Amino acid sequence: MRRVLKVPVLAAFAALIMAAQISAGLAAGQTIAITGGTVHTGTGEVIQGGTVLMVDGLIAAVGVDVTIPEGARRINASGKVVTPGLFDAFTGLGVTEIGAEDNTADGSVTSDRISAAFNVADGLNPKATALAVTRVDGITRAVVAPSSFQSMFHGQSIVINLGATSFDDMVLVSPAAQYVAMGEAGARAAGGARGAATLMLREALDDTQDYARNREAYNGGRRREYAMSRLDLEALMPVVRGTMPMVVLVHRASDIRAVLRVARDYNLQLILAGVLEGHEVADEIAAAGVPVIVNSMTNLPTFESLSATYENAARLHAAGVTVVLASFDAANSRVLRQVAGFAVSYGMPHEAALQAITSVPARVFGVAEQVGSLEVGKAADAVIWTGDPFELTEWAEQVFIDGRPISDETRQKALFERYRDLTRLPPWH
Amino acid sequence: MRQSLVGWLLVGVLAGCASSPATPATQVAPADDTSKVAGAIDAPLFSDPFPSTYRPFPSTPVVIRGATVLTATGPVLENASVVLAEGKIVAVGNNVETPAGARIIDGSGMWVTPGLIDTHSHLGVYAAPGVSSLSDGNEATNPNTAEVWAEHSIWPHDPGFGHAIAGGVTALQVLPGSANLFGGRGVTVKPVPSRSYQGLKFPGAPHGLKMACGENPKRVYQARGPATRMGNVAGYRAAWIRAERYLAEWKKWRSDGSDEDARPNRDLQLETLAGALNGDILVHNHCYRADEMVTMIDIAAEFGYSIASFHHGVEAYKVRDILAEEGICASLWSDWWGFKLEAYDGILENIALVHEAGACAIVHSDDGHGIQRLNQDAAKAMAAGLRRGMTLDRTDAIRWITINPARALDIADVTGSLEVGKNADVVVWSGDPFSVYAKADLVFVDGALLYDRSDPDPLLMGDFMDGLIPGGAR
Repeated sequence: MRRVLKVPVLAAFAALIMAAQISAGLAAGQTIAITGGTVHTGTGEVIQGGTVLMVDGLIAAVGVDVTIPEGARRINASGKVVTPGLFDAFTGLGVTEIGAEDNTADGSVTSDRISAAFNVADGLNPKATALAVTRVDGITRAVVAPSSFQSMFHGQSIVINLGATSFDDMVLVSPAAQYVAMGEAGARAAGGARGAATLMLREALDDTQDYARNREAYNGGRRREYAMSRLDLEALMPVVRGTMPMVVLVHRASDIRAVLRVARDYNLQLILAGVLEGHEVADEIAAAGVPVIVNSMTNLPTFESLSATYENAARLHAAGVTVVLASFDAANSRVLRQVAGFAVSYGMPHEAALQAITSVPARVFGVAEQVGSLEVGKAADAVIWTGDPFELTEWAEQVFIDGRPISDETRQKALFERYRDLTRLPPWH
Repeated sequence: MRQSLVGWLLVGVLAGCASSPATPATQVAPADDTSKVAGAIDAPLFSDPFPSTYRPFPSTPVVIRGATVLTATGPVLENASVVLAEGKIVAVGNNVETPAGARIIDGSGMWVTPGLIDTHSHLGVYAAPGVSSLSDGNEATNPNTAEVWAEHSIWPHDPGFGHAIAGGVTALQVLPGSANLFGGRGVTVKPVPSRSYQGLKFPGAPHGLKMACGENPKRVYQARGPATRMGNVAGYRAAWIRAERYLAEWKKWRSDGSDEDARPNRDLQLETLAGALNGDILVHNHCYRADEMVTMIDIAAEFGYSIASFHHGVEAYKVRDILAEEGICASLWSDWWGFKLEAYDGILENIALVHEAGACAIVHSDDGHGIQRLNQDAAKAMAAGLRRGMTLDRTDAIRWITINPARALDIADVTGSLEVGKNADVVVWSGDPFSVYAKADLVFVDGALLYDRSDPDPLLMGDFMDGLIPGGAR
């Protein structure tokens, strides 16, 4: 149950930065300076003609008066936009190759024995095609969330680095959060009624508390049976202790209120996801200090989202709610910047939307010390865009992860090149 | 159908397929080139017992002045005007006359395009609020249900229609789903308020016939077949063989004088297929893989029908030269891929490559949300081509969502471009329609202002939303 948190040692940061400032030669890795661009730091700051200095995988300096070490590789970004690498806070990346082919899909589990305990981590495949396809569009970090069509408890997510090739380098946090479906999906999993779903959630939390206090007795066979398995209860311990977030998928305003009540009663570290009717109860969500993860591009009603509106993200933001924008997609997570642009189109401030796909999800998932903004000491994840990253007529020209320029080679590019010139192929018939 | 990651998004639609009109093998047909394949007989075999009752809404003359105009058939016109009167486009250009009593709209900073057209929608047949009792798009009871008509499943109160027009859409084809080899007839409609689907029907637009290749039909009918792609092909051919005979029987009866006493028995399934063979009904063929498209082209040749459009076609780029040569449109997504194996080879450059080869490229939605932002998907497809150094601009991209889909639906003689004499289906955008920030501010259908973003008519959302949200829908 230990969380793998790879927080770089601050002293090492300082040493690296100092080394970078004195001489690039001291650093073992690459030194790259992106100069002249419009730099959006991901914290709300915009620097015209700024320089982003990346040394040995970390941001060493950001600003207009940056001394570029001798020997540094200079990349001219004049007329272009530089942002942090994007952070997609709700994806199925890396655990599914082809959605409809079960043998290639490891993002959900159907089991009576394992639900909350399920962790997507060991299914992670660094060679999954979608990872490269996604990172060349500027997404450098993502939350890989479990899903389920059977269980209320979906299991545990991880935070990944899309630029790494080994498991250890890829996984920033595991487990990152627990996922629970409420509303219609929760009711379905609980036997058909919303009241049963909240009851089962409370039972699970009560049982976990009881189990945590009586583990020895339970293991010795001197405690009552619990509704969930031992592994599930173990997985829920950090949730009831408030050290691991619980992400609840919920839409209807009344369902959101029900979840807020449970979270208050158990002092949970709650994150709401989906939240299509969040705008109706935005003040209550804000007052509870609960962040939300939303996709701005949904407005068709269902009976649990009758008031769905494209203005949802903007209204939640205006009410003071911490808003994270996410794709909720797997293969096509690259729509993330469209999700942000759409939110802006319907009233969310541009910088807030950029933060909602960079620094805010990093903060919500506990990795803000490492990633999410162009600030000194953080991982050098940066993207040079041909223009406004939210405009679909622009594109990511160069992506950096951990200070390394990312190759634009993907399976899709290989297919494009194979078919670029049809005269190379045998004629039809 | 593409399933969203956690089932929370409302992406609910099945794949459909599209057919192509029987146009000659030009890549991008001129607007007037919408002739059908020469049928053996001139008149349609059977009249439509559910005729359109659509009539244009009331309108006054309108002049949109000083806008940037994308006509879909010509160059970008700067600081130009578009004049609408009596339901038609009466002038486009820099020097236009203002009809008496015309409403003047200051178009400075705004862009004007034709109304957008979607060849592939399931609005009404998988209507919001998306409950099982509104799941009416797939008659998944037999691999051949050519006898069913999507229009008989359309719920005209689907709020998706109102959202579609708010996205600048003025015509769309509603298709059955892709569970079957022959899913049934599609219908072209306008997203306007109506108590009946007949009131939505696009006057004069032919029916479509939805066919489906590949994974979907063979998955749905595992037990009884088809269970394989070869089973699919046998299923298409067996049906066409019966349809050929049926068509011949009716043609003979007609040429023999249509003696009522000798009239052949009617068969609704064969009536649809014979209509396709006769060129009265346009074949719209859901087909992802390049090799399967080539197979379907051979089948069309064997039985003498034309394919109006392949739909989804994530591998269209692999056979773009063949599509161009055959004059078959390709209705495509900008970026969907990977959700099933036959979508594994999807690339962002698909639409741009198909267009570059001179084939008729179309951005389609297959989705109740996607139809609201066809312009953004066209922007993505354009950018993907530009990124690879292709020569493309907005005058190309606008075709993918206007005149080309109009051609595939065989309505290009009356809509799909801003040309004098065509229906005044016009969108005034808040800015460059290929910007993510642009919105359709005003949408005219047959010259009538149906959607005004500053004061949207709740009527557009249908009865369903009435009184559901305190303070009204936003």
